[in-house]
Amino acid sequence: MGEIFNVLLLQTTLRSATPVVLAAMGCLLTQHVNMTNIGIDGMMLIGAFFAVLGSYFFGSWAAGLGLAILCGILLGLFYYVFVIKFGSDEFIIGVALNIFAGGLTVFLLRTVFQVKGAFSDPALVPLPTIHLPLIRHIPVLGQLLSGHTLLVYVSWALVLILWAFIYKTPAGVHLRASGEYPAALTACGKSPEKMKCFASVACGILACVAGAHLSLGYLTMFAENMSASRGYVAFACVIFGRGNPLIVFLAALLFGFIDALGLRLQNYIPSDLTAMAPYLVTVVMMVVVVLWERRKKKS
Amino acid sequence: MKEIVRFSHVSMQFPGTLANDDISLSIYEGEVFALVGENGAGKSTLMNLLYGLHQPTLGEIHISGLPTAPVHSPEKAMRMGVSMVHQHFKLVPSFTVAQNILLGHEPKKWGLFYDEKAANETVRQLSETYGLEVNPTDVVRDLSIGLQQRVEILKALRTGAKVLILDEPTAVLTAQETEELFAVIRRIVKEKNMTVIMITHRLPEVMQISDRVGVMRRGRMIDVLRTRDTSEQGISSLMVGRDVIFDDLRTEQESGEEKLVIRGLMANNDRMLPALRGVSLSVHAGEIVGVCGVEGNGQTELSECIMGMRPQTGGSVILNGKDISRLSPRKIREMGVSFIPEDRLSTGVDQKSSIEENLALGKHRTRDFSLLGIHLRRGKVKQYAKQLEKQFDIRCAGVDEPVQSLSGGNVQKVVIAREFSFDTPVLVICQPTRGVDIGAIEFIHERIIEKRNEGCAILLISADLDELFRLSDTLVTLYDGNITGRFKAGEITMEEIGFYMLGAKVQEGGSHE
Repeated sequence: MGEIFNVLLLQTTLRSATPVVLAAMGCLLTQHVNMTNIGIDGMMLIGAFFAVLGSYFFGSWAAGLGLAILCGILLGLFYYVFVIKFGSDEFIIGVALNIFAGGLTVFLLRTVFQVKGAFSDPALVPLPTIHLPLIRHIPVLGQLLSGHTLLVYVSWALVLILWAFIYKTPAGVHLRASGEYPAALTACGKSPEKMKCFASVACGILACVAGAHLSLGYLTMFAENMSASRGYVAFACVIFGRGNPLIVFLAALLFGFIDALGLRLQNYIPSDLTAMAPYLVTVVMMVVVVLWERRKKKS
Repeated sequence: MKEIVRFSHVSMQFPGTLANDDISLSIYEGEVFALVGENGAGKSTLMNLLYGLHQPTLGEIHISGLPTAPVHSPEKAMRMGVSMVHQHFKLVPSFTVAQNILLGHEPKKWGLFYDEKAANETVRQLSETYGLEVNPTDVVRDLSIGLQQRVEILKALRTGAKVLILDEPTAVLTAQETEELFAVIRRIVKEKNMTVIMITHRLPEVMQISDRVGVMRRGRMIDVLRTRDTSEQGISSLMVGRDVIFDDLRTEQESGEEKLVIRGLMANNDRMLPALRGVSLSVHAGEIVGVCGVEGNGQTELSECIMGMRPQTGGSVILNGKDISRLSPRKIREMGVSFIPEDRLSTGVDQKSSIEENLALGKHRTRDFSLLGIHLRRGKVKQYAKQLEKQFDIRCAGVDEPVQSLSGGNVQKVVIAREFSFDTPVLVICQPTRGVDIGAIEFIHERIIEKRNEGCAILLISADLDELFRLSDTLVTLYDGNITGRFKAGEITMEEIGFYMLGAKVQEGGSHE
């Protein structure tokens, strides 16, 4: 058992939870303005690809990350314009985005890098790893918390920042009002659409940054369909946590834990089964939410 | 008295309709001005012009002597001292009272964070200043409609308004909440020298609260009267443009056999607390039994239990000698009960469907309207709907328009047309004229009496005592889930019945029969 349950497992948990955390933070913003963005998975995939592209051609992780953010802004705007301005069905736009992302990245992978399946190259510059001063020397804790890539720490900070933003600032109040009852916001002379635009763009950025972490932090490569439905998992986490960043974070950690556990159990159980585990947990999580709501309704 | 609002020759042209036609009107400081008229008479439009939601096509509006032109807007109206409380509240349900009142104007802490303490304090002060008691930290969702309205009023008063426009403020209130609202209106008018303009349908309330009343009809201001120089009769004939006969419509007739019998009915409300504690009553053919009571004393649950929409925890409902207690709503309807629910928009119609579809509902499975129960015969439905449209005077642009395009009174006519044309021997009717204008009230009352005279057994549940006294042959009072009294029409006065409705008096054997 010691081979499976040790500090390394928890470290892997934090690492593999990060893309989900980042994407979920974006998703919960759209959730608060009452938009249902299921296109996150596709956004992640596009972010992952362009991060690799930027890193490879400019020889800098910052360029990769910047390119991913740029993609995020464009995708967020695209989503906002179609769903809010043109009033398209958000599920259709979301699904379209996911399908488009799959096709686009495969196409570009073959035309730009001339490879099939996956691209990795020594010229790819990964995200920097940060060793926390002081903490790195504390035995177990140092091993657990120090030595992660930049975006892992960014994601933790984001959880706290978003929590404070949503629940403790006037802008957060307006954000929630624009989702729950936009007419109330309009009546006091504020624009719910602006809030929706902000949330949509922020969601795009965060989803693409999550993708960048996947291809430049977690691994240093791009593989076809490498988001592996993590966008949907992020979405499930948001539903589970009802948009509260703290609970959503915990839900994402649970996903990360099961994912990490699955990787280690591969030596004992067929990997097809272990790969299924995180998604199974997601399903269980959704069932819990439903039962929970039902009970609440009764009381 | 000082003039505070002046309309001079104001007209408002909408595509296809002249909503306001050359209206001139002065409203003074410190008065309660009631604006009455049938649906579509142009009252709301006139107030929307004052509040800056539209620009008048012609004419000028002055507030405190200053013109609202060239460009008027709600923000400008508020700056000039005019606030409006809309019929549909603009409150965020999950927010607290303070968050709602200060939405868009939140106090800040360290230039960034929402200062909850300051917000609550501001609201507490505001609430004290105007004597409108609210708890700043309560969540709006948990408040009664009356309290939510109070929050809306405080929100409107936040900027220190001098003129407060209330759009049908009592439409959703219980009698008690209406009293409280009126006390508030009197206080702010008297103590703060404010002006209140109230759009309403209910003439008894006009008589009770207003100093002057403006009567509108088809976009024109027909007359402006001092309330004390006129009467309900006088106002209503001005509104409709002819005399409205508000006298007894009932013909003498012997009631027939027992049609609907309820014995010891018990049920819980949505919060799973007892709402009916053993209600017994019976309705005979050719009889209208009116259920009086302050809202929330079990009326809703009673109607839902009869229709099979709510599980009962005890007792029975018997229709023509057969127990229907455990049957489904569909089965109960097939056995001969029609139902006009209290909330017509959520239960009475499907808002997104067309008028014709709504009219055919419940009959859509019959041979007349469907082929083998799977294909709807549109042509027949349309033909049938057009016939009902005429018969029930439903005013619409076409029967294929969605129901949500209709005004409240016309939606109610759709419900009544549909239910009455089932020709069932028993009718359960809830709040038939709530939020409906006088012309339509008259029409609906006539239809109900017609049904009674045809020999239908009718259970009428209403919050409007005038209506109950006017229509019922028998009155029962419901208080806290018990029947507290049972009277023949004419045996009791409105004042007297109030004691039974509030549970201050209980008739011997009234609750356990």
